[in-house]
Amino acid sequence: MISCHEAVDQLWEYLDNTVDEVDRAKVEEHLARCRRCCAEMEFAQELRRALANGAEVDIPRDVLNRLQQTLEELEQ
Amino acid sequence: MARAADRDERMGDFHDLARDQLPRLYSIARRLVGDDGEDAVQECLLKAYRGYSQLRDPDAGPAWLVSILVNCCRDSGRARARSPRPVDFEELEQFSLYRKIAYEDPFPYSDSLHLDFLAGFGPEDVRAVLMRLPELYRVPLVLVYMDGFLAKEVARMLDAPLGTVLARLHRGRKLFEKQLWDYAEENGLTREARG
Repeated sequence: MISCHEAVDQLWEYLDNTVDEVDRAKVEEHLARCRRCCAEMEFAQELRRALANGAEVDIPRDVLNRLQQTLEELEQ
Repeated sequence: MARAADRDERMGDFHDLARDQLPRLYSIARRLVGDDGEDAVQECLLKAYRGYSQLRDPDAGPAWLVSILVNCCRDSGRARARSPRPVDFEELEQFSLYRKIAYEDPFPYSDSLHLDFLAGFGPEDVRAVLMRLPELYRVPLVLVYMDGFLAKEVARMLDAPLGTVLARLHRGRKLFEKQLWDYAEENGLTREARG
């Protein structure tokens, strides 16, 4: 079985589905037996959620107007 | 005559596409370059207008615009970190935010220490932390984890090998974790719960 360090090092890649099948199986085997690494994986999922939650930036009305104005000028 | 009508139709398509994507482009630009986001979108619109005739697949239009925007942000140097700090990658590889929080135990009475730590970060804090990262790592992190692009799509946008993008994502995540902790300490997010 891989070590905690090896499993944790691949957690994000595991969640991203960018590890190959062999490594994926190794991580899953480790997680099945290690509660601490399961907790660390849950934390990695929360971190990803925090990142995604920072994504939405509303466009202020005056900025939108200026950008639309640029588009209109390109049209002429 | 027919050629002019075709051109007008294509330019009409461009304006529909660009107008539709303006909020998304601005949102991405703000996360890549902060206050310079509007300038980056302006530049992107000009470049996209000039290059629209080269776009063969209209369905690829939104991703094509993002690709132009990302390169506008990088080319101009706008994407530089706000406060670039030297990075010790050897030390960084050993860093784990999960272990750091457990060791420092900022909220001793908490039953959900790690979640309480993250709960201190609002969306603006998360974006401020991202702005501390060097552009090299911030750009793939934003595009993959905030905008849902696949690593291989980001590799195409940046004209970089997939392995390079995956390696930057790996380091970028580590840097993000480290900067989250530093930001929390500097902004009292690890102390407030102690009071």
